[in-house]
Amino acid sequence: MSGAALSSSPSRDATVADRLSRNRRNQDRLVQALCLLATAIGLAFLLLILATLLYLGAKGLSLGVFTTVTKPPGSHGGLLNAIIGSLIQTGLGTLIGTPIGLLVGTYLAEYSAGSKLGDAVRFVSDVLLSAPSILIGLFVYTVLVSPFGGFSGLAGSVALAVIVIPIVVRTTEDMLRLIPVAMREAAVALGAPKWKAIVFICYRAALDGIATGVLLAIARIAGETAPLLFTSLGNLNWSLSLAQPMSSLPVTIYQYAGSPFDDWVDLAWVAALLITFGVLALNVLARIVLRPRS
Amino acid sequence: MPQTVASPARRTSIGDMIFEGLATGAGVLVLVLLGAIILSLFIGGLPAFRAFGFGFLTSDDWDPVKEIFGSVVPIYGTIVTSIMALIMAVPVAFGIAFWLTELAPAWLRRPVGTAVELLAAVPSIIYGMWGFFIIVPFMGTYVQPFVIDLLGDLPGIGFLFQGPPFGTGIFTAALILGVMIIPFIAATMRDVFQTVPPVFKESAYGLGCTTWEVMRAIVIPYTRVSVMGGIMLGLGRALGETMAVTFVIGNTNRIATSIFGPGNTIASLVALEFPESPAGSLKLASLLALGFLLFVISFIVLAISRMLLRSGAKA
Repeated sequence: MSGAALSSSPSRDATVADRLSRNRRNQDRLVQALCLLATAIGLAFLLLILATLLYLGAKGLSLGVFTTVTKPPGSHGGLLNAIIGSLIQTGLGTLIGTPIGLLVGTYLAEYSAGSKLGDAVRFVSDVLLSAPSILIGLFVYTVLVSPFGGFSGLAGSVALAVIVIPIVVRTTEDMLRLIPVAMREAAVALGAPKWKAIVFICYRAALDGIATGVLLAIARIAGETAPLLFTSLGNLNWSLSLAQPMSSLPVTIYQYAGSPFDDWVDLAWVAALLITFGVLALNVLARIVLRPRS
Repeated sequence: MPQTVASPARRTSIGDMIFEGLATGAGVLVLVLLGAIILSLFIGGLPAFRAFGFGFLTSDDWDPVKEIFGSVVPIYGTIVTSIMALIMAVPVAFGIAFWLTELAPAWLRRPVGTAVELLAAVPSIIYGMWGFFIIVPFMGTYVQPFVIDLLGDLPGIGFLFQGPPFGTGIFTAALILGVMIIPFIAATMRDVFQTVPPVFKESAYGLGCTTWEVMRAIVIPYTRVSVMGGIMLGLGRALGETMAVTFVIGNTNRIATSIFGPGNTIASLVALEFPESPAGSLKLASLLALGFLLFVISFIVLAISRMLLRSGAKA
């Protein structure tokens, strides 16, 4: 515009407006750049952790890790008992926790409408979802370990089950609430009692979502360490007895990573690699399961 | 009885009664579980509360030889590391949430959102080990000597940055905690930002607002309550975090004046001292009493978080 050269008042207004809008747009660009930076920082941490695990864990990875039990430092031990112990406790914890969580979620979605009890259960379950897992370990220690005279794989499984329950509750309730009322009405109109409508219609329709919740719960407890320290304790010997202390990958990492022996630290990195990629794979799988519905 | 779908009354089957009874019983079990956790920790800690009385809350001793135990240092460490973690995590989490909801190209939202959620899925023991072997040497070799040289001699606030650069300590623990809670806060913020009705934002864009102005003037005021709830949720997570902190905090029962000084938290002290606490000892009772205190603190924080998130969702 040639008017910009003149010093008339409308054109001065225009330059002021121009400067103001430039300031606003610059501020906007600055914030956008900072947000991009924040996202980059978040992703960088994830990549850094995964790269460290791959770099330090992969070099210790061998068949022996999966076929040999933990041994004293310097004697080429593996992680077999820790892997099996983790599988047993995670599996048993899921088996105990899932049915309870499923029932609680069903109660909240189908039976608790408007009741004070339902509100209380929902609130407590949500608090338990984020409660420090170390306290769940201490709790199980006081009720299952110290009165019965010893650490055990069973106590570890129960502690993990307590962590599973609120996770399954949350997804089950959310998923059941997405099922259209018309589906239940159709079932009831055909003469089905309410429990059949829930079990055979709603559960089936919400199966993907419920499965997602269970997968996420497995992923969460597979990496839990703190609750197991006080319950299954860890075991450097081969033992499958649920009444005895039981080894697990996270507790073995804790014991080995803090040790002064290089071969133990290397094995801890291998264990860390296994548990992290297992947990992340479960998380990705859970998202794939849910994707077609959402 | 209010039900979504009422079966005809005369056909209420025995199966219905059993199923409803099971479901309600499971619901009650959750309440019983919470009560049992509180009660078991309180009863377990009772000998310590009896022996030290109110002094348990005001003493900074932790002397297994003389059997004198107090909770001031770990409570201080728990709160200070968590607050510092929040200060580091909230801006980053906000940036991620803002980027994911308003700025990112559509094809990137899902993969980046998933990646951030995966950051939350990494087990805490991995954060601890990674922090111990990677972050601690980095802090001890580069960051801490530099900051101590730069700020340690400042009058007034210099004491905050003095001391030997061990690499471990309060600041390192807070940094790891911060990284761990970023995804929790970011995910909550993203979800609540998405609840803002598009027409509000479109009106502001229509007036010529920039993206940041829409965020500041429309989205943040609209979601303020829920955003606070998300931040409290992150705080609740940080307070009880055990394994990551145990590896990197230095584990000393002393209140350091420097942010690089070693310390401990309730969770790290319990995890570390538990193996050396025989059943029935006063030390074990003190650890359970500490667990009880941690439960009370995190219960309050998580309860506030839930109430904020719920009232934010209703508004």
